[in-house]
Amino acid sequence: MAAHLSYGRVNLNILREVARKDLREFLDKCAGSKAIVWDEYLTGPFGLIAQYSLLKEHEVEKMFTLKSGRVPPADVKNIIFFVRPRLELMDIIAENVFRSVFVSRFQAPQFLTIFSPSFLLQECYLENDQTSLYHTAKGLINLQALYGTIPQIYGKGECARHVANMMLRMKREFAGSQNQILPVFDTLLLLDRNVDLLTPLATQLTYEGLIDEIYGITNGYVKLPPEKFAQKKQGEASKDLPTEPKKLQLNSAEELYAEIRDKNFNAVGAALSKKAKIISAAFEGRHNAKTVGEIKQFVSQLPHMQAARSSLANHTSIAELIKDITTSEAFFDNLTVEQEFMTGVETDKVNPYIEDCIAQKDPLIKILRLVCMQSVCNNGLKQKVFDYYKREILQTYGYEHILTLNNLEKASLLKPQTSSRNNYPTIRKTLKLWLEDANEQNPNDISYVYSGYAPLSVRLTQVLARPGWRSIEEVLKMLPGPHFEERQQLPAGLHKKRQQGENRTTLVFFLGGVTYAEIAALRFLSQMEDSGMEYIIATTKLLNGTTWIKSLMDRPESQIS
Amino acid sequence: MMKSKADEEDYWNSSKFKAFTFDDEDDEFSTLKESKRTVNSIRCLVEEDDDKEEVEKVSWNGEPVSSNSWSVSETAASNQRAEREPAFPKINTVTISKSHSGYSLSSLRSLSGSSVLMMSSCCDQDYVSDWSPEETVHRMQQGKVVSLEKFRSLQDKLLLLDSCVAAHDGNVITAVLIYLKRTLSKEVLFRELEPRQTALSHLIHYLTETRDQRLLLELLRALGRTEDVAVRTTHQQYTVLVLNLPFSPEDSSHVQDHYTLMERQVIIETTDRRAERGEKVERALILNMPLITTLSYCCLYHYSESEGTFSSPLNIRQTFKISEKQFFVTALGARAKLKAWSDVDALFTSRNWLGFTRKKSPLGFQRVVDILQKNSAPTQVLQDYVALVDDAELRITLAQKHKCHDIVINTYRDLKDRQQLLGYRGKVERGSGEERKIDELLNNLQIRWKN
Repeated sequence: MAAHLSYGRVNLNILREVARKDLREFLDKCAGSKAIVWDEYLTGPFGLIAQYSLLKEHEVEKMFTLKSGRVPPADVKNIIFFVRPRLELMDIIAENVFRSVFVSRFQAPQFLTIFSPSFLLQECYLENDQTSLYHTAKGLINLQALYGTIPQIYGKGECARHVANMMLRMKREFAGSQNQILPVFDTLLLLDRNVDLLTPLATQLTYEGLIDEIYGITNGYVKLPPEKFAQKKQGEASKDLPTEPKKLQLNSAEELYAEIRDKNFNAVGAALSKKAKIISAAFEGRHNAKTVGEIKQFVSQLPHMQAARSSLANHTSIAELIKDITTSEAFFDNLTVEQEFMTGVETDKVNPYIEDCIAQKDPLIKILRLVCMQSVCNNGLKQKVFDYYKREILQTYGYEHILTLNNLEKASLLKPQTSSRNNYPTIRKTLKLWLEDANEQNPNDISYVYSGYAPLSVRLTQVLARPGWRSIEEVLKMLPGPHFEERQQLPAGLHKKRQQGENRTTLVFFLGGVTYAEIAALRFLSQMEDSGMEYIIATTKLLNGTTWIKSLMDRPESQIS
Repeated sequence: MMKSKADEEDYWNSSKFKAFTFDDEDDEFSTLKESKRTVNSIRCLVEEDDDKEEVEKVSWNGEPVSSNSWSVSETAASNQRAEREPAFPKINTVTISKSHSGYSLSSLRSLSGSSVLMMSSCCDQDYVSDWSPEETVHRMQQGKVVSLEKFRSLQDKLLLLDSCVAAHDGNVITAVLIYLKRTLSKEVLFRELEPRQTALSHLIHYLTETRDQRLLLELLRALGRTEDVAVRTTHQQYTVLVLNLPFSPEDSSHVQDHYTLMERQVIIETTDRRAERGEKVERALILNMPLITTLSYCCLYHYSESEGTFSSPLNIRQTFKISEKQFFVTALGARAKLKAWSDVDALFTSRNWLGFTRKKSPLGFQRVVDILQKNSAPTQVLQDYVALVDDAELRITLAQKHKCHDIVINTYRDLKDRQQLLGYRGKVERGSGEERKIDELLNNLQIRWKN
């Protein structure tokens, strides 16, 4: 079912199997029939590890979602709550329990609460809650238990520093147990999101990136408007169009998706055409099958060909949906302003396009992304410009957004200039963040993911491998947070002897979230001819500019109840 | 890493039920009132419904229990408590009680990285500890049982707090803060937290999550975090706070504006509702709407009022210092919606000493045309504004889009572009005045065409 996780040098199926095993063991510890009460937010992620059939095998008879009031009646021995460790949920659980037990006629079930931590790192920046960093460090220790100690650790950023310190300290505490596993990773790179605030603000231009920007990918699924996916049967009167959004699963197990997900969107059309020709040719092959043997072979291939055709149909529809948006004037104008900022054009003045958008009352998040981008590219806005934008936003969208603006300021996304020095142009030039003629069809550089802009985070990763961070000392100092290098001792005999031409593997851990475009860029680096390096990406969460800014918007009263 | 077998056994044997519970005496947890009430009401239920048959009480190990008490866990100490008070499910007293309850955080970590964190406690009243603050914190991080009660003096408590902040473990910090909140007066607590940013942030987070509005507001006020306070409260509370708080300079004007706006909206709403009772029309409510939306409302319904009234657009513009562009766009949109074209015209006109002149609008005329067109302005009206677009190319495109033929013709004439004019002839109605005009121009020998 998850065969695609085994490709590549790092078998990610190990992680999945371990999670399933733990879940099974845990469920077995509670003997007897069970009912699980789920925190809604967790059903998605858990679905990646186990299906209901697995749970059923371990005597899970009923499942409910967590709501206030009573747990629905269930004749089970155990009731298990799967929740995120959030204080307001505790109240609901307590209420559930109090209300349930007395009404039950049957043997009182045993209650158990399990917390699954949510890595909300914006909490870390805004509210200085370092628990999530602790979980990250613990997670990395566990990872090393499976994949071997990682000999080299590099990092940039405050959180990176904390995580590394915690890891090393934890390692010392468990000094007794020496890890005998042959190390799979050569290097670990820890990067704070706030080292590169610019990248998530920019509109992603890869196929997967655009799907996420426009429709949102959650747990590997996307919900799409159903009209284009309605099947029209011959001769039948057109039925009512489906109103339920079409849900599609997106992962690399689907051949076509694996091919096009990381491409710049402008290259997807050509790829789809090519695929269409191949599939057509395959179906035409039925004419060439003459002997029984040949026909038999053709028939055996049919399921695969049909799956390929259905896959092609889906992605063609998706591409059409996306194209409608990317060819619109609004998209073009927005992208133009983004690129102006990224290349340093007039970042010190109030931007007329942004002004117009505010006057037209365009969605607030769009405005925020743009003004934050301007601020980041200018190392903070001139006081007058800052005040002007702030006033316009509060007057147009409401004064309640003052908290959001404060949060953005705390996160250094939208702030007034403190010093007159803007380091961004220097950073841009030294790291070659803007490449004028990025080749979208046959890229030779990571800047293709934004059609010209090379994600800063990925460039740092690239430079680390070759020629190394020492060559960019000055630039690193301009970016926030410390940078460091640590080494971990490997037990004797486990030092790898590198074969000729064998790649090194780096685990890149984004603390605070990563975009699909950055992932695509890192995959691109892995595939480059002479890179000598393979990258595995880990993160606390996947995000895009919209979800990121949304998470920074203050919601004082709207927590889930 | 999985805890050692022995620890696991300990954990499983100590108490099977884990949850927060609440004691009567503690008033700080005012937000957990509902749950408390539920507990108390259940207590009564247990006492009264002794004889009712629907509820069959059993102990945790499955045997029916005839008395009011619930045998809850296997440790004697907690049994003692349970038997005394017929309250389910105070199975574990995690907090608050005067007894020597302790805190312990145990964690079972599964290898996939998802943590299994359980709050458990031991109600062993005889437990004696002699751990230093650092050791205590360390034990808490490892999930072992500790008692915080021994940290009695203020100095001890602060040492404890500083130790756990240094350990960077959020759960431990929160647990210690809960203890401090219970055992310190508000003034002392706030004073001591002020220089301790990390702990302070944790406390604010905790109070927000548990919806402890009252304490949170007090804390924020004490710290002067006025914007947070201002927005989190309802209007009435806002009124009180706004009058009493010192403002931080940068955002003071915004907070003040917000308050003024809310006041203003209430006045306009009540006045309008009263006036409306004669009419049938239901106007959109403006309470809690943003400023510009309110302005738009006033431009729709109170446009002609003098500057002296609360609902006059000009008054609002002046009170809230709205930019010229914003005001212009809003007024334009509102009057266009009502198809009040003369009002629209008036926006552009200004007198100077020479008489009436057309003023350049703060908005590009292309935008103006856009807005007018969205409100179904007739071509004659659109024409006037298309004509004012400076850029010839743009003017032609717009004119063609909106079928303002005269403008196209005149522009081509001005550009001396014969070819284009010829081409456009086919786009106008045969026999129309425009066609004749084109023909006239084409036959005019005085014009020096460029092509």
